[in-house]
Amino acid sequence: MAAPDMNTPVLECNNVSISYYTRAGEIPAVVDFNLKVMPGEAVGIVGESGCGKSTVALAIMQYMGKNGDIVGGEIKFMGRDMRTMSEEELRDIRGSRISMVYQEPMASLNPSMLIREQLNEVLIYHEGISDEEASKRSIEMLDAVRLPDPERLMDSFPHQISGGQQQRVVIAMALLSKPQLLLLDEPTTALDVTVEAGVVELIKDISKRFGTSMIYISHNLGLILETCDKIAVMYSGEAVEFGTVNQVFDEMRHPYTRGLFNSIPLPGADRYSRPLVPIRGQLPLPHERPTGCNFGPRCDHFKDGVCNVKPLSMQDVTAHRGHQVRCERYLNIDWEAARPKAETATAANFGKTVLQVKNMQKYYEVHDRSLKALISGKASKFVKANEKLDFEAREAETVAIVGESGCGKSTFAKVMLGLETATGGEVILNGQEIGQISVHKRTPQMVGSMQMIFQNPFETLNPSHTVGSQISRVLRMFGVAKTKEEALEKTYNLLDMVKLPRDFAQRRPRQLSGGQKQRVGIARAFAGEAQVVVADEPVSALDVSVQAAVTGLLTDIQRERRTTMLFISHDLSVVRYLADRVVVMYLGQIMEQGNTDDIYSPPYHPYTEALLSAVPIADTSITKKHIVLEGELPSPMNPPSGCPFQTRCPRKIGSICETDLPDVKDLGNGHKIMCHLSEEDLRAMEPVIAMPSDKKKKSAASKSPGRTKAALAAASIATVPGTAAKAKPVAKKPAAKKPAAKKAAAKKPAAKKPAARKTGPERLKKARGKADDLKLISGVGPKLEQTLNKLGFWHFDQIGSWKKADIAIVDDELSFKGRIERDDWVKQARALARK
Amino acid sequence: MTDTTAEQTDTPDTATGFARFLAAFGLLRESWVGMIGLFLVSFWVLIAIFVDLLPLQDPLAQTRGAINLAMLTEDKTGVMHWMGTDDRGRDLLARLLHGSRVVLFWSTLATIVAYSVGMIMGVTAGYRGGWWDEIISFIGNVLLSFPQIVLLLVILTAFGPNSNIGVWMNTELGMDKSIVSGALIIVAITFSTAPQVARIVRGIVLDLKTRDYIAAAEVRGEGPLWIMLVELLPNARGPLIVDACLRLGYVIITIALLGFLSLGLPPPDPDWGKMISDGRQWGYNGLNMMLWPAIAISSLVLGLNLLADGLREISLRD
Repeated sequence: MAAPDMNTPVLECNNVSISYYTRAGEIPAVVDFNLKVMPGEAVGIVGESGCGKSTVALAIMQYMGKNGDIVGGEIKFMGRDMRTMSEEELRDIRGSRISMVYQEPMASLNPSMLIREQLNEVLIYHEGISDEEASKRSIEMLDAVRLPDPERLMDSFPHQISGGQQQRVVIAMALLSKPQLLLLDEPTTALDVTVEAGVVELIKDISKRFGTSMIYISHNLGLILETCDKIAVMYSGEAVEFGTVNQVFDEMRHPYTRGLFNSIPLPGADRYSRPLVPIRGQLPLPHERPTGCNFGPRCDHFKDGVCNVKPLSMQDVTAHRGHQVRCERYLNIDWEAARPKAETATAANFGKTVLQVKNMQKYYEVHDRSLKALISGKASKFVKANEKLDFEAREAETVAIVGESGCGKSTFAKVMLGLETATGGEVILNGQEIGQISVHKRTPQMVGSMQMIFQNPFETLNPSHTVGSQISRVLRMFGVAKTKEEALEKTYNLLDMVKLPRDFAQRRPRQLSGGQKQRVGIARAFAGEAQVVVADEPVSALDVSVQAAVTGLLTDIQRERRTTMLFISHDLSVVRYLADRVVVMYLGQIMEQGNTDDIYSPPYHPYTEALLSAVPIADTSITKKHIVLEGELPSPMNPPSGCPFQTRCPRKIGSICETDLPDVKDLGNGHKIMCHLSEEDLRAMEPVIAMPSDKKKKSAASKSPGRTKAALAAASIATVPGTAAKAKPVAKKPAAKKPAAKKAAAKKPAAKKPAARKTGPERLKKARGKADDLKLISGVGPKLEQTLNKLGFWHFDQIGSWKKADIAIVDDELSFKGRIERDDWVKQARALARK
Repeated sequence: MTDTTAEQTDTPDTATGFARFLAAFGLLRESWVGMIGLFLVSFWVLIAIFVDLLPLQDPLAQTRGAINLAMLTEDKTGVMHWMGTDDRGRDLLARLLHGSRVVLFWSTLATIVAYSVGMIMGVTAGYRGGWWDEIISFIGNVLLSFPQIVLLLVILTAFGPNSNIGVWMNTELGMDKSIVSGALIIVAITFSTAPQVARIVRGIVLDLKTRDYIAAAEVRGEGPLWIMLVELLPNARGPLIVDACLRLGYVIITIALLGFLSLGLPPPDPDWGKMISDGRQWGYNGLNMMLWPAIAISSLVLGLNLLADGLREISLRD
């Protein structure tokens, strides 16, 4: 570190142990936790529910509640132990020098106070400045978090703005008094994918622009990869691995970390040839943790007498600097070995068409009882929840329905299941029209052949009844079992099918874990010989390691029984892994549908393209484009005219998008896109996600010597393809065959200055010998390092000799403003070069 | 089919139900308020059940010459009256303890009836919504807008045992006078209490009906009756048990009040409210007669309130 004040860590946790005191006695929530956050650094904490990651955040805030206490170790903020601070001092620090952003934005804002009051309060309390001064600074900050029209926003109440905007306001509030440390506890979990992408972009930017250190808590490895420099993996109250993002993602040294990566669907995973590998067993309860390694009972490399003797401590990984792991046997494990083989299966061959949806429409009538509506005569209007849905599903096929909130996927499920009847069109199941028949008028056999798996495992089972009685009730409703004995027998068979012990029939839902409940939900859905199963995000509420097991089970059963599955989801990674065909919906309309491979490779619908780029992927070797959609999701109550996506579309071609609903273009092989873009333009798109294998072919020359994997994310920044520019007047046939740059398409200004680049000093295409670790410059993360490498900067002295022209070029390539920082880089690089 | 399945649902329910009751008792021990409440309530419940086994005098037997005796005095025959006697020479202790049976029996019955009606109203309004909700809520609001005491007076005077209808029921239908007034008390209390219960239940149901398991039941084609009674109501029981405890206390007060106004159970059955009212006519000399039933009423109601507090306390924890 160059600057002297850069040497003090902002936050240092040394052997911190935290316990909760409950009726059952002392429960150790976190044990022996170490963490060092340097200025400007972003550290991720990742782990499953109950691993203690939020407890750590609360402990840092010294805000443990009545029954929690830090029982050991020290937490130092700017070199001072926070445990010795008085309540007064702590109050001073909270919200001004350490701020926190929580998961649920609506819960962090006071619904009865104006945003102005809430923002100003922070400044007035902590800095004692006048109201006008505070308002001025608040508006600046709202502008800095890229909220449109901050003055108007200041005089709004929280409920008047959207969820994404609320979370930006919360982040602005946290940054107002320029904190040294920002704690983010799952800040995007409650948001839609495309909105999340915008907030993540903002978070990435914060440490660069404000020099704020961050601790980012998440269960999503992909998000951590996008935002953080270092990462701590927690399991059952302990940090099990700590290192830079690249170390942990590419060269993990803890079996749990590897298990996590094996159980999330990454591009390239295939449910037939390379199925996900779940981690067996369950997270131990805090008071039932084993001796020695907490992960021992679930670990494939467990060795009796080594792993279960004494509590383990963190040790340095010998080969990597700054990489620590809590595993006794990490040196004895073959990390290069192929991932454990799960049972593979052959792809099912699809049978006849089971389900046909033809032009299905569902409108809701909304009554407006206001006086204004009465006078204007518009007392009732229709909300088009589903408009002209048109697709079919074959036997044993998985069709994924993808979309964000308000896209109409739940309404569609309701019509399928008969909870609502269609306004128009047809839904044909096995040659029988069911769209107009409500569930009470369907025969038991019809009801049984169309069943549903629900999202929330904690609500899917009635807490008042035993598991067995709930399954057998379904069996008897559908006429599958006639007598009590038969029902019991079949209940047992179903429990066997979902791999649960038979005595679970006598248990109540609260005695089951989330994954087990979801298994019961699956058993219930398949109880009536279902032909079509609608699965509404069945695994999204489960922990990562459990997700894989439940997903695997679900697909196995589906394949075995040749059931058609409609898989409703917003998670495109899971969909890519699971689905045979994908239907992308936006505001009640199908924007694109086709085979999974066709959807995930160009041509795309612009919305699909944005969705794909928004999904965080936990793989450093993957390169993807960043497309951040502007604006918010329109309300289905008041949809835009013309193409529903036109308000946010980065590839909008002109007024035709605002006036006419596009026709559906058939690109062959059942791949249909509803867009005004011409077929050539659609086909000219570049892939959003580039796999390492593609990468090698394209740019073998620029392989980084310091890395084991060619993880060059740079291409994403340099080569966002432009689209036909906004001002193209002739809409129907865009003259521009060659893509022109477009500002709105991406935050990064595209490669529009090839001339300027040539004028720069001659740069190295390859590093001279060993490349320097540019990440040692404060403010440079792994991604920026890759960008710099792409530009030909490999060594400190190169950066140290930057002139104004170079800085201008670099600024063009990077997404943020701020000259000071770049000058600072030069200073630091010079100091580092001298060493 | 419905019956057998319900049976199947119930069997494991009761098995673990008792265990859970014990567990709940174990939890209640942590709340000393709840424990005091439980002690007071169980004291009166045990008395009410076993009052026949206690060595008491006949509560209806009038002893000549032993009128308005003070507490701890013997009458001429040498019988000890621990609490004294009333204006007809009846042993107060015996009447008080026998009265607990009357009070607890009718108040529990009235609460159960009021609760059943209220729960059905509430769950229907909450789950069916729309016009069902509008109508049920409207009826409830109308009933709640009457002052409660006026409502009770109207019902009991218009239909009481001394009214035309009451006499007709007594003579033509052969109904005992005490049954007639008991039934009327139940009706009156149902009218005044059920709308309040319905409101609570409706609120809980509005929340519960958005749960996935309700959707699951709808998706498998369950009828509304099944969903309301089997899927929804059992899950509303937590807050309802606490409320029922409090409500039972109010009902006891109401019955005592009716007794005091001579609209309660007909004499000569001992009724705490009536006992106070009897003492009132004697002014200072009747203090002894009023003191004991007043203590009895307050201790029982206090016990129920404390028990409700304790239950709420332990249900909020965790």
